[in-house]
Amino acid sequence: MPKVTYIEPSGNQVEIDVPVGWSVMQSAMSNGVEGIEAECGGSCACATCHCYVESHADVVPAAGETELSMLGNVVAERKPNSRLCCQIKMTPELEGLVVRFPDAQS
Amino acid sequence: MTKPIVIIGAGQAGLQTAEALRAEGWDGGILLLGEEPHAPYHRPPLSKAYMLGEYSEAQLTIRGAEALAKKSIELRTGTRVAAIDRAAGEVVLAGGERIAYHGLVLATGSRARPLPFEGGTLPGVFALRTLDDCRAISAALEKAEGVAVIGGGFIGLEFAAVARKKGKPVVVFEAADRLMARVVAPLISDFYAGLHRRNGVELYLDAHVSGIAGRDGHAFAVRSGTGVDFVADLIIAGIGIIPNVELAKEAGLECEGGIVVDPCGRTADPRIVAAGDCTATRLADGRLRRLESVQNAVEQGKAAAAALMGREKPFLAPPWFWSDQYDVKLQMVGLSAGHDRVVVRGSVDDGKFTAFYFREGRLIGMDSANRAQDHMAGRKLIERGLTPTPEQAADESFALNALLA
Ligand SMILES: Cc1cc2nc3c(=O)[nH]c(=O)nc-3n(C[C@H](O)[C@H](O)[C@H](O)COP(=O)(O)OP(=O)(O)OC[C@H]3O[C@@H](n4cnc5c(N)ncnc54)[C@H](O)[C@@H]3O)c2cc1C
Ligand code: FES
Repeated sequence: MPKVTYIEPSGNQVEIDVPVGWSVMQSAMSNGVEGIEAECGGSCACATCHCYVESHADVVPAAGETELSMLGNVVAERKPNSRLCCQIKMTPELEGLVVRFPDAQS
Repeated sequence: MTKPIVIIGAGQAGLQTAEALRAEGWDGGILLLGEEPHAPYHRPPLSKAYMLGEYSEAQLTIRGAEALAKKSIELRTGTRVAAIDRAAGEVVLAGGERIAYHGLVLATGSRARPLPFEGGTLPGVFALRTLDDCRAISAALEKAEGVAVIGGGFIGLEFAAVARKKGKPVVVFEAADRLMARVVAPLISDFYAGLHRRNGVELYLDAHVSGIAGRDGHAFAVRSGTGVDFVADLIIAGIGIIPNVELAKEAGLECEGGIVVDPCGRTADPRIVAAGDCTATRLADGRLRRLESVQNAVEQGKAAAAALMGREKPFLAPPWFWSDQYDVKLQMVGLSAGHDRVVVRGSVDDGKFTAFYFREGRLIGMDSANRAQDHMAGRKLIERGLTPTPEQAADESFALNALLA
């Protein structure tokens, strides 16, 4: 299973095996990673799964239209590498992905 | 040893309250009791992506066992609370076991309203509320020859869209003269009626269903008030929900279309709070606000946890909600009821628009179809009491975010 490193707001790093086909959000939530709320459960409707993608910039598929629109009003600072991690599906190419969660989601 | 805080109901609200209690600094025991055999899971995908088969059951879980253990939240699934003994400060489980509580959280959610007519409980007739319902419906859907949905609300319509995507013939009956009438304005209802019809749904408004006919012990047809039979072997009851207030009521707590709480989630008993679908919030002006949504479950959960810790964190933000049908994401914020003017931004024909609702010149609600940027700005505008002019609202070149700066 590909591994993802999650960086919590405290700076603490958590490495998790994410099943292929799962979203980067789902593993963070089910493992209790700090810094993500994901209220809508991956419907791209809440924007509380905001993360900064710190690696694999060229490999992570681009954000869709709804996601980009939602990112326009996230609570923490929006940066060029901001994503909603419920929209990033795990693939073997993303082995070693690093994402960082912001200080606030809501 | 200090007594734990006991939470009845391991759904979105119960889980949120448990986690918020930790965030508020409660370091005693937390006991999360849930009647369902599953760890807390996301309900919205049951009528959307999950029903379509886009992901697995494990992916529905909100928090896994390890995540709960990390926060020392003890989850007991398959455990029904039968009574609350307020005098003793104990809950009584269905098996007779008594558990003393330091504080008690009622997060019992709601259940589907049963169909009030003949044949409403025949095999082949389902409500869509739980993962187990969803499993049974998915299996039936694969084999179904005809699908009928009774009730044109969000859940029924989302299911209708899924059934159409799977190529099944679908008929929808709605008693009112428009879809989702309780929540959205006529403009949105009409848009959705068109959307469903274009996707091949046979839609009947003002439709009175008188019963369900069976054959060989299985649902066979939906009988309309005019005596016409619509053949269907999979029938979804989507006529609304009933909040689970019985435990609270029997324990002598005030219930009025929900367990009555203040905006901080408090009941009249200082040791008992409530959150989520089971509640009705008494606002400062005396009105009751009843919401059935994830946002409400999450925000009331946070408020209720704070209240048990003696802090006031009222949930008064404007409500928001979403619904996915076909390729349209509808996002709603505020309340459109009572508006005296509607302004549209974007194109209804293209399925990309936002309806802005004004009352006396002030923005009170917004419904956005595939315009998430408007919705997200709207949440902040309405929460802060800011309002664009109707002209600004209609003008796509005017950035709503400019009002937030
Ligand atoms: C199919 C479907 C689609 C939805 N789509 C959306 C959507 O798109 N957007 C949105 O915002 N909302 C949506 N909702 C609504 C949202 O899921 C609910 O508002 C939310 O789940 C409410 O959470 P809750 O914790 O209050 O109640 P629930 O999730 O109902 O949880 C309550 C739990 O308490 C348990 N319980 C009850 N009584 C007892 C007892 N005596 N002892 C022990 N346990 C007990 C129940 O078994 C249940 O598991 C949808 C709901 C459904 C069913
Ligand atoms: S979980 Fe809600 S937008 Fe990602």
